[in-house]
Amino acid sequence: MLILECPHCGIRAEETELSPGGEAHLKRFGPGSSDQEFEDYMFARKNPKGVHFERWRHAYGCGKWFIAARCTATLEVFGTYPAQTAEPPQHIIDAVKTRRPGWEGYK
Amino acid sequence: MSTRLACGGRLIDRRAPRTFSFNGKKMRGFLGDTLASALLANDQMLVGRSFKYHRPRGIVAAGPEEPNALVGLGTGSRFEPNQRVTTTELFDGLTATSQNHWPSLEFDVGVVNNYAARFLPGGFYYKTFIHPRFAWKHVFEPIIRRSAGLGKAPIDRDADRYEQAYDFADILVIGGGIAGLQAALVAGRSGARVLVLEQTAHWGGRAPVDEVEIDGLTAGEWIDNAVQELEGMENVTLRLRTMGAGVYDHGYVLAEEKIADHSPADGRPRKRLWRIRAAKVIAAQGAIERPLSFAGNDVPGVMLAGSVRDFVVNHAVAPGDRTVVVTNNDDAYRTAILLVEAGLSVPAVLDARPVADGELPRRARAMGIRVETGRAIAAVKGGKRVTGVATCAQAGQGAVLETVACDSVAMSGGWSPVVHLWSHCGGKLIWDEANAHFRPDPDRPPTGQDGQGMVVTAGSASGALTADAVLADATQAAGGGNVPQATVPQEAPVAAIWVMPQGAGPDLRAKMWLDYQNDVKVSDVQLAAREGYTSVEHTKRYTTLGMATDQGKLSNINGLAVLSQALSIDIPQVGTTTFRPPYTPVTIGALAGEARDEIFQPLRRTPIHEWHETHDVEWEPVGLWRRPYCYRHPGETSHQAVMREVSNTRKNVGLLDASTLGKIIVKGPDAGRFLDMLYTNMMSTLPVGKCRYGLMCNEQGFLSDDGVVARIDDETWLCHTTSGGADRIHAWMEDWLQCEWWDWQVFTANVTEQFAQVAVVGPNARKLLEKLGGMDVSKETLPFMQWQDGTLGGFRARVYRISFSGELSYEIAVPANEGRAFWDACVAAGAELGAMPYGTECLHVMRAEKGFIMIGDETDGTVIPQDLNLAWAISKKKADYLGKRGQERAFLASPDRWKLVGLETLDGSVLEDGAYAPGEGRNANGQRNTQGRVTSTYHSPTLGRGIAMGLVLRGPERMGEVIEFTKLDGTLTKAKIVDQVFYDKEGAKQDV
Repeated sequence: MLILECPHCGIRAEETELSPGGEAHLKRFGPGSSDQEFEDYMFARKNPKGVHFERWRHAYGCGKWFIAARCTATLEVFGTYPAQTAEPPQHIIDAVKTRRPGWEGYK
Repeated sequence: MSTRLACGGRLIDRRAPRTFSFNGKKMRGFLGDTLASALLANDQMLVGRSFKYHRPRGIVAAGPEEPNALVGLGTGSRFEPNQRVTTTELFDGLTATSQNHWPSLEFDVGVVNNYAARFLPGGFYYKTFIHPRFAWKHVFEPIIRRSAGLGKAPIDRDADRYEQAYDFADILVIGGGIAGLQAALVAGRSGARVLVLEQTAHWGGRAPVDEVEIDGLTAGEWIDNAVQELEGMENVTLRLRTMGAGVYDHGYVLAEEKIADHSPADGRPRKRLWRIRAAKVIAAQGAIERPLSFAGNDVPGVMLAGSVRDFVVNHAVAPGDRTVVVTNNDDAYRTAILLVEAGLSVPAVLDARPVADGELPRRARAMGIRVETGRAIAAVKGGKRVTGVATCAQAGQGAVLETVACDSVAMSGGWSPVVHLWSHCGGKLIWDEANAHFRPDPDRPPTGQDGQGMVVTAGSASGALTADAVLADATQAAGGGNVPQATVPQEAPVAAIWVMPQGAGPDLRAKMWLDYQNDVKVSDVQLAAREGYTSVEHTKRYTTLGMATDQGKLSNINGLAVLSQALSIDIPQVGTTTFRPPYTPVTIGALAGEARDEIFQPLRRTPIHEWHETHDVEWEPVGLWRRPYCYRHPGETSHQAVMREVSNTRKNVGLLDASTLGKIIVKGPDAGRFLDMLYTNMMSTLPVGKCRYGLMCNEQGFLSDDGVVARIDDETWLCHTTSGGADRIHAWMEDWLQCEWWDWQVFTANVTEQFAQVAVVGPNARKLLEKLGGMDVSKETLPFMQWQDGTLGGFRARVYRISFSGELSYEIAVPANEGRAFWDACVAAGAELGAMPYGTECLHVMRAEKGFIMIGDETDGTVIPQDLNLAWAISKKKADYLGKRGQERAFLASPDRWKLVGLETLDGSVLEDGAYAPGEGRNANGQRNTQGRVTSTYHSPTLGRGIAMGLVLRGPERMGEVIEFTKLDGTLTKAKIVDQVFYDKEGAKQDV
């Protein structure tokens, strides 16, 4: 039962208040994309043991989507930020790098 | 025999006798007894039969680790199976029955398994019952089901109630022994918010039993002082009878509090499940003593040495008159000393170590107790009760040296820290060579949100086995401070001895029990090793070691040790199995809490719900809603009611409560652009005042929801969704708006419950509305697929001319709080027009007659709109919409798809729902190929015959062809492939 802070309303929300949305920062591939691109967009997920970026919605709160950067192995949360972004903000990347110097980056 | 001693018993109150029954036999105990101590006081050592071999089994332990003494507790609606007698507090009128025997505890037929034990080795089930296949179902399974299993499931509804509560703590201390109390004192004095949980009804744990002295006080005095100080702190909460069940992510802890277990039916909830969030958890659960593996170590009367002390000190119960102590460590000498001090006989202490000259062994010898070193038990004598032990040299193969008469055996194989809570959320263990146990590795704790350890252990749970070390460790765990000083005797190290004697042959090993509850023996684990099971996780499953309800509290380490010896590798290399919550079983009722009966889940009511309730409604659950399935007039069957509703709607006029229909407002400068992405067809071009049917697909292209969209004004659309889909579709819209197109200016609002919606359907629909009066609802002013705002009968109304039945139809939305009054007005106005309410089944029949699809019937997550002949509702002009790329995939674009058609049985009968049409040949698995299936099937009163829709391979190309569909009775029905629209193909009736 994770606790994640909603970056929109500031509430430290228990997992029961949230609904999960899977891996974050996927790039959508629509008409005109190759079969491989579409397959990767639709089905290929990283599922790392370690640093992970995932979408959460504060479903039983403010209703907003946000992204959590956390470690799937230790459950450490590096930070949360609004989903209205194509890539993680610098301060989140810095927070991860501080804790995981060998981290290869979110892509 | 086991008996009550004349004096002593720190937990019992001899002035408060209690009567109870065991297998119908009346017995007496005292307030403060556990059921275990009370049974022993009545010389009831035999309490059950073992799982597989039906061997007689007695009480082994005094705490939650007890594997054998499980009973059925209570009767009728308060019966509960598999309750541990060692953790059951005695109360007046308690009723217990033993388990797993037939016909009686004393004489059990299943014990023949015991003599067939050599034919029931580890993995027996896997090996034996594979062939022949039919024998499993008809021979083996019925026999095994009858003879296996522990307690019986309760039959009656649970008469008790349960509740859940939340709590929060800076520091949560689990375990109220001296370690937990000391940790709580240190934490409490620092001002932190502290919560202390203790699973038993008493503070202090084992310290009073072991006669520990702390700061010059007896353990009992020190504990009383500590509790008094803690009770005086406002920032500290103490809870007895509360078991820390599991530690989960980010400091989430579940605990089960027994409230009325010992006072049934007193009006309080029986149990309370605590849902706790703690910044830091201090796990101070102590340690559990391990059995030793010797032949006959499961004979009733063989007990853990520490538990023997518990019964003597706490309850003044002696498990036997003559007790042989067998050990590999110094601690067990405490038992020998205590028994002799209590006036009981200890014929011998058998110490497997070559030398025993620690303080405790010396004290024992000084008291005249016979101590034999290098000795082991070759075999325990006796069946339903120990009658003696044959001793041997530990170093040999079990050649008997002498036979010692006794009626109980106190064994100690050393102590293992309770590491469960530490391990639940990922804490790692290290092998402690000196103490021969796994203990928490402080460098690899379970981590919390900040990546730092969120659990620390305190006291014996850390591996500290003497009182001075326990108090030092507990102080440290809580942040440091003054350590109370305990005076303890020096103890020599434990010897890592698991099996006795060392060279025991197969005959002896096959009588050495590791897992009492699942009947796993040393020989079973060794067999698994020989058969190639090198992983402890595989061995566990193959032999079922540690998989019973005690989760191997006694057996795991011994099993690991035996496996490591069999594989000739060190114990740390074998590793441990995974500890999973709960620590001890939690009643399902507590997990459910108040969520039962009417409040199991919320019920959504439309504004018209109560009218339905008083008008012969038959309900149908739709999501959390209840919708009328039909309204049964007196004497009608459901089917007759539905047929009447269809006929009346088609002939006169019907009223449908359509309030559950999803209604989502989509508004903003980019709303049109957004809806063009969401729907397969074009919504941005829909003129204000008009309605359009639309389809929504997921990104894979599969049809997900449908409904009519109305353009309200330049920037506003109202999207109708299916009744079950409103919340899901609203969330889907928000997902795309917030996460993909966050720069688009669009707002959405789910207004489903803001409006009541009534469908007025049938040839007399217009007359009904005209009778209400207030707006022009003529064809000219309000044509088909348009909407208008106005008033009807004085109600503010939005009137949509849309039809899901093929009839002249209006759907009227009014503010929710006026919904019931508007419905009543419709019923009154419709009285002379033949108006009758209709339910969802009538709606289904009418839409099927018209060939309209229903999400969830014609769709199942693998169907694209093109399969349903809905290509007309897919825009060819749009460059993109959700699902467009998915639908371009080769297997979806293929002509070899199952597509929607109508189906008419040749004999007019109704096809079975979901029936398949067998095709030619067989597939790779030898199953018959199929070429289609029925998706909707009804008797049509309008046509007087069965009608159906179905998905059939290349169906629309095969019009007129007759194919066969399966029936449940194994026969086949012939049906002709026809157009899916059975009624008013031209659509003339709805457009009048």
